[in-house]
Amino acid sequence: MRRERTMRWVLGIAAIAVSIVIFIVPFIFIVLQAMKTRQEASELAFSWPRQLAFVENLIEVITQRDYIVARAFLNSTILTVASVTLLVVIAAMVGYVMQRRASKIRTVANFFVLAGLIIPPAVVPTVWVLQTLGLFGTLPGLILIEITFGLAFSILLFRAFVSTIPRSLDEAAIIDGASPFRLFFAVIMPLMKPTVVTVIVVQSVQIFNDFANPLYFLPGDDNATVQLTLYNFQSQSSNQWNLLFMDILLITIPPLVMYIFFNRQIVAGMTSGAVKG
Amino acid sequence: MTAATTEVRAGRSGKARTLGVSRHAYPLWFYLPAAVLFLVFFAIPTFASFYFSLTRWTLFDQEFIGFENYVQFFREPQLYQGFINTLIYGFLTSGMKVVIGLALAVLLTSALVGRHFLRSVIFFPVLVSTIGVGIMFKALLDPFDGIVNGALETLGITGPGWLTDPDLALYSIIGIDVWKGLGIACLIYIAGLVAIPTEYYEAARVDGASKWAAFKSITLPLVKPATGTVIILSLIGGLRSFDLIWATTGGGPGFSSDVIGSVIYKQYQAGFYGLSTAGNVVLFVVVTVIMVPISLMLNKREVEQ
Amino acid sequence: MIPKTSRRHFGAGVAAAAAAALALSACSGGGDDDGSVEITFLSTSDEDNTALAEALIDAFEAENPDITVNLDGRPGGTEGDNLIKTRLATGEMAEVFNYNSGSLFQALNPDQNLLELSDRPWADSLTDDFTSVVSTENGLYGGSYGSSFAGGIVYNGAIYDELGLEVPQSWDDFMANNEQIAAAGYDPIVQTYGDTWTSQLFVLGDYANVHAQDPDWADQYTAHERFYADEPALAGFRHHQEAYESGYFNENYPSATFEDGGAMLAEGSGVHYPILTTILSSIRFNHPDAVEDMRFMAIPADDPQHTSATIWQPDGLYIPNTVEGAQRDAALAFVDFVTGPDACEVFIEAVNPTGPYVNGCELPADVPPLVQDVQSYFDAGNTAPALEFLSPIKGPNLENITVEVGSGIRGAEEAAANYDRDVENQARQLGLEGW
Repeated sequence: MRRERTMRWVLGIAAIAVSIVIFIVPFIFIVLQAMKTRQEASELAFSWPRQLAFVENLIEVITQRDYIVARAFLNSTILTVASVTLLVVIAAMVGYVMQRRASKIRTVANFFVLAGLIIPPAVVPTVWVLQTLGLFGTLPGLILIEITFGLAFSILLFRAFVSTIPRSLDEAAIIDGASPFRLFFAVIMPLMKPTVVTVIVVQSVQIFNDFANPLYFLPGDDNATVQLTLYNFQSQSSNQWNLLFMDILLITIPPLVMYIFFNRQIVAGMTSGAVKG
Repeated sequence: MTAATTEVRAGRSGKARTLGVSRHAYPLWFYLPAAVLFLVFFAIPTFASFYFSLTRWTLFDQEFIGFENYVQFFREPQLYQGFINTLIYGFLTSGMKVVIGLALAVLLTSALVGRHFLRSVIFFPVLVSTIGVGIMFKALLDPFDGIVNGALETLGITGPGWLTDPDLALYSIIGIDVWKGLGIACLIYIAGLVAIPTEYYEAARVDGASKWAAFKSITLPLVKPATGTVIILSLIGGLRSFDLIWATTGGGPGFSSDVIGSVIYKQYQAGFYGLSTAGNVVLFVVVTVIMVPISLMLNKREVEQ
Repeated sequence: MIPKTSRRHFGAGVAAAAAAALALSACSGGGDDDGSVEITFLSTSDEDNTALAEALIDAFEAENPDITVNLDGRPGGTEGDNLIKTRLATGEMAEVFNYNSGSLFQALNPDQNLLELSDRPWADSLTDDFTSVVSTENGLYGGSYGSSFAGGIVYNGAIYDELGLEVPQSWDDFMANNEQIAAAGYDPIVQTYGDTWTSQLFVLGDYANVHAQDPDWADQYTAHERFYADEPALAGFRHHQEAYESGYFNENYPSATFEDGGAMLAEGSGVHYPILTTILSSIRFNHPDAVEDMRFMAIPADDPQHTSATIWQPDGLYIPNTVEGAQRDAALAFVDFVTGPDACEVFIEAVNPTGPYVNGCELPADVPPLVQDVQSYFDAGNTAPALEFLSPIKGPNLENITVEVGSGIRGAEEAAANYDRDVENQARQLGLEGW
């Protein structure tokens, strides 16, 4: 017993030490780089800055090119909030009906969910569809794209969770005279909170950090997203490591805050499907 | 996560009960918004890609040319290498996420000191964007100024050009991919492990089974649904992946870390839209041929249990 | 350093979220009631070009108070090619943009997409060489944006003086110089594959030497009758391989960037850098003291009598033909200003010229030695245009193929053969005959 406890401590401390080197040091490196002057940052050293330039770098990153980073933050926020809100509602509706009602449509839907997971989106024809609809290069167009590409995975999560909600609840609500619409939004949705949180966190991080889709479907500086500013920034000023890392630091903050906020629920949401499954 | 299992079980119990609630409680129009989006932005482009792959397309005009794009795509001198790289990338990242993810999850669900801290820490890289991770590792792995080789040097080892050595670049990117994706794999495994009733382990202990035997005969079979999810998600992601490669090496040096995804992107950039779409169809076929049997196999095993 | 894009874009982003149609119309500004006009100039967003574009806009706006020009940035390289094509095809192009002349210009379908400019006042002042690379059979589409430049070897003249070296006339002389430079403890040849495009110069900068041996090569190449896998064009790949095998490269060549290359050259740790003479703007920006040390030579041919300098034409300045009304007039006024004589001084002040101008602007008397070197090749008649101005064919993978040669992954002959296959895509895309 005693031996086991020492083991636990030794193993735990070793694991913490290793994880700090592997996972924390890179983040400290980001912060250190973001605090240095251009000259010093180019040395790429893991050292405390000889001269602190944190505020200067912050101001330069935000103000450069007429506040493009700030504008990108706004664009990315609109994109993420709009896409994830709609995605949660739409995917939950499908996951719910799919689990509850056997029909031919379910067979088809199952096939499409699998297809949606596996098939890589065809870029050029998607551009063509967006152009036909007059949505190419617009934020609403990209929002619809992000929802579509996030559907398959979210539907899977919701479907798994709905199966853990007893049908007797549905029956009780129906007997009380609830319409199907009310049943879903007033009874089922609140019960699905853990999965809703999981989908919100996973998809927000995914969409906020998305690079390929804005690159293809939302070209141009007008409505750049944060990842595109970072990418363009990298190709244009390869030697301004300080500003590059300041930019990385800035755009990592929103997902980080979100994660810290939802940390506990996210594990619960992922688990719920498995616990009772 | 364990969608397939729950589906099967719910299906069984569901059938017996359907009688209770009228079908009208579950209106089919709930499918509608998703169906419209899926049709317009996914199904139509996917079908259209078969046609576009048979054309020469310059954005300004297009011309039907039959299978020439496919012939041309397979003539790309670097395609063979890219194809092999895609398989290496997909299977290696997926395999490592399964093995390391499970090991870490077992560790983090045990009574380990600081396990809550560790759980959070492992998840951090998931939050950083791929481009950010790419830029960061380009700096960390710089052969001369990077801190990785700097640390090796203090140990008396001359570090290699992680991302600039043609024989090593692909494997370095695989390492970065695993570093970034481990958090998700680990999370899924933790979810699976937590669901295993502790009585099983107690019974095993009473029977005098060793920890390893308990792991082999209880943990491993019971986390199979989670394993299936990790394999499917990471393999699909790995086979289709190109953004991390693009952010670190751009497929280089030369073509040594090119995968099908990056070859397609380069053709798209060059304005060869028809050719690039043909490549997309090829990638679609490759991923489907690999994934369908694997997911069938994983599902079948679950049903048998 | 910071382009002043208009605040209007901020509004456009918000509007886009509300309605697609709104966003589309907000993308391009229009004439206001008070007679003022706003147009956007899309240009590459590297530091030195941004400084130039801002100086041009300031000078233009001072003369035309009714017109506001907003600067919009874009990446260079293939990324930028793609962006330009997509925005033209979707009708969302800025009112004025600068972009390569020659084969990349031809790929824009100028007759279909651009405004014809042959009636502008500056049209007759352009050199024939430049006129031909911004024209199709149907007309002239581009004003000039800057000076021509050369591709070859930019070298550190101070170290040449220190070691008492002569400018080599043949490839063997060049390698002999390298041997002496290496013995003196400097890196003889700078290579920077962290920016892959820089690896192409051994091949692209050798074209004038090919041209000197066979003036019809480009036409026959376009007709699919000549190949890089054969001499004389193979020489570029062959020399690149020799340079790699000699071990004369800087140690960090796999990861060094273009800016690093400029620094090595300016600080004198590296001596020869096969690159474009436009590097002078970057050196002036980052290492102003080194400008006087920078010199230029053509890539030496095997036979000294073929050694000649490969010349690139400046970018063209174009207007999409979808621009109309007051905005069209404003865009034309801007192109007239930039290409016309009034902007000569702005160009000279904002960036060093890197070769002769193509629109009648005179080079100042006190140009840096590097520009004098380029000019001396012109005076001696030892120049030829780069291949991209003589043939529409350029394969997208050349930069990766030359990285392979320069890293020892592949030999010259196999690489050249791979490149011959790579250009097939481009030729077929253009619908050329014989492919």
